[in-house]
Amino acid sequence: MATEAPPPPREGAGTDSGPARPTTEEFVEVQRSEEFGELRRTYRSFAFPLTVAFITWYLLYVLLSNYAGGFMGTRLFGNINVALVLGLGQFATTFLIAWLYSRHAALRLDPKGEAIKARMEGDA
Amino acid sequence: MSSLATAPALLAAGNATAEHRPLIIGLFGAFVVATLAITVWAGRQTRSAADFYAGGGQFTGFQNGLAISGDYMSAASFLGISGAIALYGYDGFLYSIGFLVAWLVALLLVAEPLRNSGRFTMGDVLAYRMRQRPVRTAAGTSTIVVSIFYLLAQMAGAGVLVSLLLGITSDGGKVAIVALVGVLMIVYVTIGGMKGTTWVQMVKAVLLIAGTLLITFLILLKFDFNLSDLLGAAATHSGKGDAFLEPGLKYGLTETSKLDFLSLGIALVLGTAGLPHILIRFYTVPTAKAARKSVNWAIGIIGAFYLMTIVLGFGAAALLSPETITSSNKAGNTAAPLTALEVGGGADSTAGAILLAVISAVAFATILAVVAGLTLASSSSFAHDIYANVIKRGKATEKQEMRAARWSTVFIGIVSIALGALARDLNVAGLVALAFAVAASANLPTILYSLFWKRFTTQGALWSIYGGLVSSVVLVLFSPVVSGGPASMFKGVDFHWFPLENPGLVSIPLGFLLGWLGSILSKEEPDAGKYAELEVKSLTGIGTAAAVKH
Repeated sequence: MATEAPPPPREGAGTDSGPARPTTEEFVEVQRSEEFGELRRTYRSFAFPLTVAFITWYLLYVLLSNYAGGFMGTRLFGNINVALVLGLGQFATTFLIAWLYSRHAALRLDPKGEAIKARMEGDA
Repeated sequence: MSSLATAPALLAAGNATAEHRPLIIGLFGAFVVATLAITVWAGRQTRSAADFYAGGGQFTGFQNGLAISGDYMSAASFLGISGAIALYGYDGFLYSIGFLVAWLVALLLVAEPLRNSGRFTMGDVLAYRMRQRPVRTAAGTSTIVVSIFYLLAQMAGAGVLVSLLLGITSDGGKVAIVALVGVLMIVYVTIGGMKGTTWVQMVKAVLLIAGTLLITFLILLKFDFNLSDLLGAAATHSGKGDAFLEPGLKYGLTETSKLDFLSLGIALVLGTAGLPHILIRFYTVPTAKAARKSVNWAIGIIGAFYLMTIVLGFGAAALLSPETITSSNKAGNTAAPLTALEVGGGADSTAGAILLAVISAVAFATILAVVAGLTLASSSSFAHDIYANVIKRGKATEKQEMRAARWSTVFIGIVSIALGALARDLNVAGLVALAFAVAASANLPTILYSLFWKRFTTQGALWSIYGGLVSSVVLVLFSPVVSGGPASMFKGVDFHWFPLENPGLVSIPLGFLLGWLGSILSKEEPDAGKYAELEVKSLTGIGTAAAVKH
């Protein structure tokens, strides 16, 4: 319980009293390291193209709704038309992408990030 | 709202509710008492600033996912989307898709880095590698503006709902309801802080899902679980035929309305990851992994909920006449409760009245939980960004900071009661869409540049926040939402020159452009050391493990 805590530091993060805190120089060194470069690449090369892809797919859907009414109104079976199937398709791809990203993060990102974290907090 | 008493369906609903008014008030009361008890319990454990702002940072991914869902599924989603589907068919459904897909931006780009590099507010991350005072002032301003727009929509929704349920049609009565909502939210936040608010949101999410599930089940039961039959009945009953199941009834009328829909779509999909009351929820879990897990839970819960609103909305269209849907509220905001009444057996049945009461109590709970989250986001940002870091220049004690947070909660509560009382007849959907547009224009560009672009500077951050904020608000001010349109806030005057109701199509690209331009034109060198800290922390979580109890 903190009654008269020391003033918070200038920036928002890192008032933690837990693991030793690395210095700015150490952060710069890690940022330039091959290992961190690979972590950054593994993250960005997955998340960025996927973001572009789902936003494009969403915009395509919005544009089809706007300008391709005839196509969207095509009945597939019963009262189910293309518009409804594509709309539900947006739900399906959202669930799918969330699952794909989480699997990628757990398999490829977490181990790399944790290794760097353990070493920096350990020897800082 | 004075046309309310003349509508026969509403009279029926009114009679049904009049008989069961003790039940309705009892359910409202039970929710209020239960949540106040949670708040007092949470308040006893709220000692440090980390408790107040982030609930101690020790919620699990599932708990936070539930709370995020509770924070996000506002009255606008529950009442607004089902009402929009009931009136415009397919075009109402388009809203929910934007609201859901938006979560992928949060999952892939924002939630984890934010958790790893900030502590309490959006400003923590935006100002991390910038000059603190100007950027925190900007982040705080934008947080408060976005939250107030969102708050107004919820307050107006509360007025609509309660006037339906309790038959309160007098202006004084509605103002009293808005004041009651405001006082409750001040109590939740000042006493319970983030921990109390989180639990209230979790309880509400469970109630909302259970209530929606029940009504969805009863509607599907009427159609033997045949979705195609349900859609067919909705199309026939709406009087619009096949067009009801196709895009275009609301947005396809003119070229301008098509552009408006594109603008709305972009604002919805990019707005979520810039909403301050959503962003601060990521600080309530201990790690980035838990933040990821909470977004996954939220996507599952919110997705399932929106799938049910499809049944709810088309069910309303299939079971109620268009006149019934619009009679109590022109925007269709009461379609969900009225459908509950219908599937329960109609206005004269006890089961119908009970269902109506249950669904309305759930909607009321929804409003309370969301306004609490919004108030917390604005008061946190005021106390942490503006008071502690700008006014006190980082020299405030934890005690002073928490006192500032509580007082600003009271202040924001009073302001929103006053504005809510004035705004009770405003276009609710317009206000929510505006909040999304401002968040997408001012906050999202700045967050993404801060996290991923090493040449981003203080000037770039200020240009993107203020540029996005001012352009989106000004464009709305001169749009048909405010004047010159069929559903404008001000009747009888016309000073609009911007044709679209949603400013996103212009203001979002402008926010991104200004952030880039401000950076490349600034004389200041970006702080490479600070960016190294931010980038390494955001991807590895160094230094976050200790966001623990004191």
